[in-house]
Amino acid sequence: MSDHAGAEAVLPEGAAGSGEGVRRRDFINIAAVSAAGVGGVVTLIPLISQMAPSADVLAASSTEIDISAIQPGQAIKAVFRKQPVFVRNLTPKEIAEADAVDISTLRDPQTLTERTKEGHENWLITMGVCTHLGCVPLGAGEGEVKGEFGGYFCPCHGSSYDTAARIRKGPAPKNLEVPEYEFTSDTIVKIG
Amino acid sequence: MSFPWAQEYKPQAPLMQWLDERLPLPRLVYNAVGAGYPVPRNLNYMWNFGVLAGFCLALQIVTGVILAMHYAANAGVAFDSVEHIMRDVNWGWMLRYAHANGASAFFVVVYLHIFRGFFYSSYKAPREMIWLLGVLIFLLMMATAFMGYVLPWGQMSFWGAKVITGLFGAIPLVGEPIQQWLLGGFAPDNAALNRFFSLHFLLPFVIAGVVILHIWALHIPGSSNPTGVEVKQESDTVPFHPYYTAKDGFGLGVFLIGYCALLFFAPNMLGHPDNYIPANPLSTPAHIVPEWYFWPFYAILRAFTSDFFFIPAKLMGVLAMFSAILVWFFLPWLDRSPVRSGHYRPMFRKFFWVLVIDTLILGYCGGAPAEEPYVMISQVAAIYYFAHFLIILPIVSAIERPAPLPFSITEAVLGKDENAVLAPPAVPLSA
Repeated sequence: MSDHAGAEAVLPEGAAGSGEGVRRRDFINIAAVSAAGVGGVVTLIPLISQMAPSADVLAASSTEIDISAIQPGQAIKAVFRKQPVFVRNLTPKEIAEADAVDISTLRDPQTLTERTKEGHENWLITMGVCTHLGCVPLGAGEGEVKGEFGGYFCPCHGSSYDTAARIRKGPAPKNLEVPEYEFTSDTIVKIG
Repeated sequence: MSFPWAQEYKPQAPLMQWLDERLPLPRLVYNAVGAGYPVPRNLNYMWNFGVLAGFCLALQIVTGVILAMHYAANAGVAFDSVEHIMRDVNWGWMLRYAHANGASAFFVVVYLHIFRGFFYSSYKAPREMIWLLGVLIFLLMMATAFMGYVLPWGQMSFWGAKVITGLFGAIPLVGEPIQQWLLGGFAPDNAALNRFFSLHFLLPFVIAGVVILHIWALHIPGSSNPTGVEVKQESDTVPFHPYYTAKDGFGLGVFLIGYCALLFFAPNMLGHPDNYIPANPLSTPAHIVPEWYFWPFYAILRAFTSDFFFIPAKLMGVLAMFSAILVWFFLPWLDRSPVRSGHYRPMFRKFFWVLVIDTLILGYCGGAPAEEPYVMISQVAAIYYFAHFLIILPIVSAIERPAPLPFSITEAVLGKDENAVLAPPAVPLSA
């Protein structure tokens, strides 16, 4: 304060411009600190952004799968974004089981039709990642336990999924996620 | 800092006098852990664990820096480089076992240190800052230990990383982007392994920095003591050196016997066989558990099995797990009793031991598979855990009638002796 008053006294009237105690030096102070502050914050952007998935990781974020060899009742595990994805060829019986469920009784209400593509209702394509804590459920491989609802069963904490991979029992909050995908031909699926 | 009767550093050798005038580092050591630091004369063995924790930190830094000379943080070779350390590097097996079991030893020591603080209310004024810094150190330790466990890139490493980073995915809206940002990908992979290694190397030095603040804050009021009565006179204290350097040295010897028994005779007892299987993103181990020192908190995480009002179960579990530690930050203000030591608090003492048992039960359930009856037991134990801090402590400190406190530390040690004890503080007894 005393420094301020002293500086004020030395300056001739009106030399600082506007008077009212605002001096040219105040403007320079604010401008300098603001510029340094904004500059400092902007510098953080690359420091934070470098941790996000890099270009090569993102480039590997779509994958093509040949499904021609999968017979009804069979499923395969493919890899999409370094995570398992289940591609399952449902039997008519499994489709009927899934359609017979009253969806209002479900924890995460969805019909099988909403979870498959039109014209390919027998192809159930989901992530093989339990929505509870991310374990890989059993049921896609030959001879694996499918759980009491005939779909998938997570051995970590006992979540059971039905033939539309919807959560039916156990701690998982949601159905197995359906990734974005499209049929590029009748036998090729492009995921991602 | 310190008491007026603290001995003054008087260097005799000309070289030490020369140094003292230019860089008084020996003076700092003398006043911090030497004869220049008066400490209550009645500290029991529960006061050994701060020094032991410091020893463990040094042990982890030394073995860790050596392991980093042989380890390769790349998802393709990390597992093999750890096996290379175990089989090919001279004494590599011992250094790695020393580091892995050193983490367990560190947590044993720190848990005893924390519960010592609970029993003797070490968090009360004027020592709140020491306590807050201590909780911060514990959080940093947990982060460091978690990231270290990922580095061998075995099955437990991989799935532990997936489950723990998955916790951030429970945050509404921003959870999934945060998880991908933390991992640098959609699942744990090379990017995650590399950054975990970088941070695992950095954080121990951050911990060392906070430890210095912790000790600095401790040296302002000085150590508390088992009676909780503040130092009043010179006869209440003895110099840190040689009294407590000797006592801590003895404690260190006992600690090392236990640590070496673990290291040389059961080095894998606290580990998981699954972590000797290389990480496989397509196959989950049947039973994922963290290391034992996270079990109580893991039990709280899993205790939430159904949605809680509008909050999903998964998010609730995550919030509860972090709150279980964050609640410690509020301890100095939750426990309002003016009496510090549990020895003079008959009601508090009982609840303290119930909390100890409750935490052990949580720990047991956290290591068990997530099935009944463990889930139900963890739910009850988790509720009690929070009730202890948020309900029981404030009530007990309001209604409890404490036992009479001794007049001074000297009286507590030597008994009521009119001549020896009740001398006015202005006349130091040993003078």
